[in-house]
Amino acid sequence: MKTRALLALAASGSLLAGCAATAANTNSASASSPAKSSKPDTVAFPSTYAAYPSAPTAITGVTIFDGEGGRIDNGTVFIVDGKISLVGGPDTAIPSGATIVDGTGKYVTPGIIDVHSHLGDYPTPSVDAHSDGNEATSPVTPEVWAEHSVWPQDPGFSRAMANGGITALQILPGSANLFGGRSVTLKNVPARTVQAMKFPGAPYGMKMACGENPKRVYGGRNRMPSTRMGSLALERQTWIDAQEYRSKRNDAKPPKRDLGKETLAGVLDGDILVHNHCYRADEMAQIIDMSKEFGYKVTAFHHAVESYKIADILAKEGICSAVWADWWGFKMEAYDAIPENAALLQKASACVIIHSDDENQIQRLNQEAAKALADGRAMGMEISDAQAIQWITYNPAKAMGIEKMTGSLKVGKMADMVLWNGNPLSVYSRPDKVWIDGALMFDSGDAKRRPVSDFELGQPGEGDVK
Amino acid sequence: MKRFSILLASAAALIASPLAAQTTAITGGKVVIGDGSAPIEGGTVLIRGDRVVAAGANVAIPADARRIDATGKWVTPGIFAGFSRIGLVEVGAVSQTNDTDAKGSPFSAALDIQYAINPFASAMSVNRAAGVTRAVVSPGTANSIFGGYGAIVDLGQDENPVTEARAFQFVELGETGHARAGGSRAASHIYFRALLEEARTYARNPAVFDSDLLKASDAKALLPVINGSTKLLIHVESANDILKVLDLRKDFPALDMVLVGVNEGWRVAEHIAAAGVPVLASALSDLPYGFEDLSSTQSNIGRMKDAGVKVAIGMINDRDAHQLRYSVQYAGNLVALNKVPRATGLTWDEAFAAISSVPAEIMDMGGQLGSLKAGRHADVVIWTGDPLELSTQVETVIIDGVDQSLSNRQMRLRDRYTNPAPGALPKAYDH
Repeated sequence: MKTRALLALAASGSLLAGCAATAANTNSASASSPAKSSKPDTVAFPSTYAAYPSAPTAITGVTIFDGEGGRIDNGTVFIVDGKISLVGGPDTAIPSGATIVDGTGKYVTPGIIDVHSHLGDYPTPSVDAHSDGNEATSPVTPEVWAEHSVWPQDPGFSRAMANGGITALQILPGSANLFGGRSVTLKNVPARTVQAMKFPGAPYGMKMACGENPKRVYGGRNRMPSTRMGSLALERQTWIDAQEYRSKRNDAKPPKRDLGKETLAGVLDGDILVHNHCYRADEMAQIIDMSKEFGYKVTAFHHAVESYKIADILAKEGICSAVWADWWGFKMEAYDAIPENAALLQKASACVIIHSDDENQIQRLNQEAAKALADGRAMGMEISDAQAIQWITYNPAKAMGIEKMTGSLKVGKMADMVLWNGNPLSVYSRPDKVWIDGALMFDSGDAKRRPVSDFELGQPGEGDVK
Repeated sequence: MKRFSILLASAAALIASPLAAQTTAITGGKVVIGDGSAPIEGGTVLIRGDRVVAAGANVAIPADARRIDATGKWVTPGIFAGFSRIGLVEVGAVSQTNDTDAKGSPFSAALDIQYAINPFASAMSVNRAAGVTRAVVSPGTANSIFGGYGAIVDLGQDENPVTEARAFQFVELGETGHARAGGSRAASHIYFRALLEEARTYARNPAVFDSDLLKASDAKALLPVINGSTKLLIHVESANDILKVLDLRKDFPALDMVLVGVNEGWRVAEHIAAAGVPVLASALSDLPYGFEDLSSTQSNIGRMKDAGVKVAIGMINDRDAHQLRYSVQYAGNLVALNKVPRATGLTWDEAFAAISSVPAEIMDMGGQLGSLKAGRHADVVIWTGDPLELSTQVETVIIDGVDQSLSNRQMRLRDRYTNPAPGALPKAYDH
């Protein structure tokens, strides 16, 4: 295993794809999109995802963590037509004709969701030719879209499903830039094109970054920002320009399309969710004030290792913290990380998400949540198993704006679901089966129900258990 | 830890000193010897001074022994991290605090990591509090395939971390070796052979040694590698690179090799086993990180073990300066594989041995470290439950017979911000 998280942060100087179309003519034939939309970006690159066939299936005798803090012992989950149809206790009547899965001794959770992944845009193998996560040629690149970097053949997607039960994930641009660009939310379903993975109806996100990375990357080239104050100045000026663009957008003679400002205006409209990489508590407080100055909302601070210092403020502002269980010490702004961060946020009634930013730990977000839970309990806090599961299901779904469709086992929602061979908060448990929209996409007992990417085909280890 | 140091370390909040040859009996716990044998319910661990006297079911307890009741707890040897960079890094990206490698140095094999190990590094106290008591510490590489001498350390709260200096030499012979040697495995292999030949030349007449490839200090450092008196830890991942490394013995028969990383080891496991070369393997690698890792699988360690390879868990390039506490989680994951169809894991007993006695044995320290057998250094951890389970906490850590503080700055920060809003005074006054 190799630690690659820093790759996205540290090596941006070597990540430049020389032929990237940085100056593409944005006023081209693509403007022929339906004139009736005032937001042409919302109809570009539409999702072509379609659920795979599913069979009516009932899991019986199973322990259910519903993703919203609820737990049912000896329960039943019934799915039909790709949707959750019934969730109940042992007395739940099972409709006839259903495939019965005996869940005795097993656990079912909603599909696990990672709010912070670079699968596809920093895929494995991690060769230079695959380094597509940071458009590190300017500190302000809201015009780039992460989906245009995603390689659907990244073997990491299949590992995340088979070992981690990941059914949906947000792919973010890297953190070299203050404005990194648009994120994309994917169904973790293998596909030929990224469009066929795009989560239908998911809102876009926009990546921002504060702290060490932008000032190091650009300061090192004698460009702004070289300081944190430079970062804030550049960000505020960018918002001022975006406000002007937004206000002129509906003029009789609207301004020429500007991809970056379309994204920024989308944030100001409340259509695009802000995911802000920010480690230090004091910097988060500055970002919150900036968001108020310009009238947008930060949905989640990512890598928020110091959230515990301002858990009360984050609870009041309604901002989620996407955190690791225990990463620390790899750089100065990660020096004050503590393993009780998630639990202390929960204690303050702030929104907690456990995220990965890593192709290895995305395979065990359940274990990362379990460690964070254990550290909270060790300091005397009462947090249930079911609440910890919410950190990796409903809460990330909410931060990605898809909580009405997935993220919990509620009737009518997408049947995105994992059957675990034991308590998912135990180190000894692994996914037994994974369903996405009711389709069985992974079955540990069936070697044919395991995705093998094009890259792996014909290579040593093809189709292995991994 | 050296006994002498304890006298000088009185200010370090040591609770018990082994100089007094105090006897301690830890009673009633589920005792794990660490040698791959099954845990013993209601066992006793008896410590005198800095050594284990006995551990098991029927241990006589001297009347004057200090007693620690571990009823309902697990008692194990401390975790032995099979490959790390602990003590070399305070903050990874702050170069002044990162002593892993030395790009600006003219030296390579002669670099001796014992001078860089900082017993007061935060990672020492953080991982100590998680039950890690010993570690292999290796230099990285920069300008050469050779990184220098590594060491075995303890994580005790005193100023002498080195258990064994110059315990091994470290060399890169996979993709990293390819890069260090100039861009080809042909280069890394000729480089390896040429450097060793130059060292032999040096040995024949040090006074006149003059080499374009090698400084005299580096040549001198390689001599004990050639004759096998110093171990050679070789980082290599791919099946083909492993085979080429095993072939080095044809030219250098005395090499005492240990392979590190070894993500594709399962494909050539019978060759590794036949060569009698032990492995410090990454536990959970399962992606093609590079083309040298195409067939990575979490079943790697289990399959190698089944083929007869002596294999322990190491953490090369995997948060190896800060997160040795992942060792127990990694071992637990290998146990989890037993419930996964077609996967190959380790039994619980084997998995715990892979982070205690086996790495110690691989480093030829099994008679001294890594288990609770009589005569071993008294590195003992008391856990609230199964040490490999995520919900378990560490209650007591003893290193060389000395009770260790479990405090660290992460805990201090936690305590300061348990209630984040300031009270009558700012948080800075809360200490």
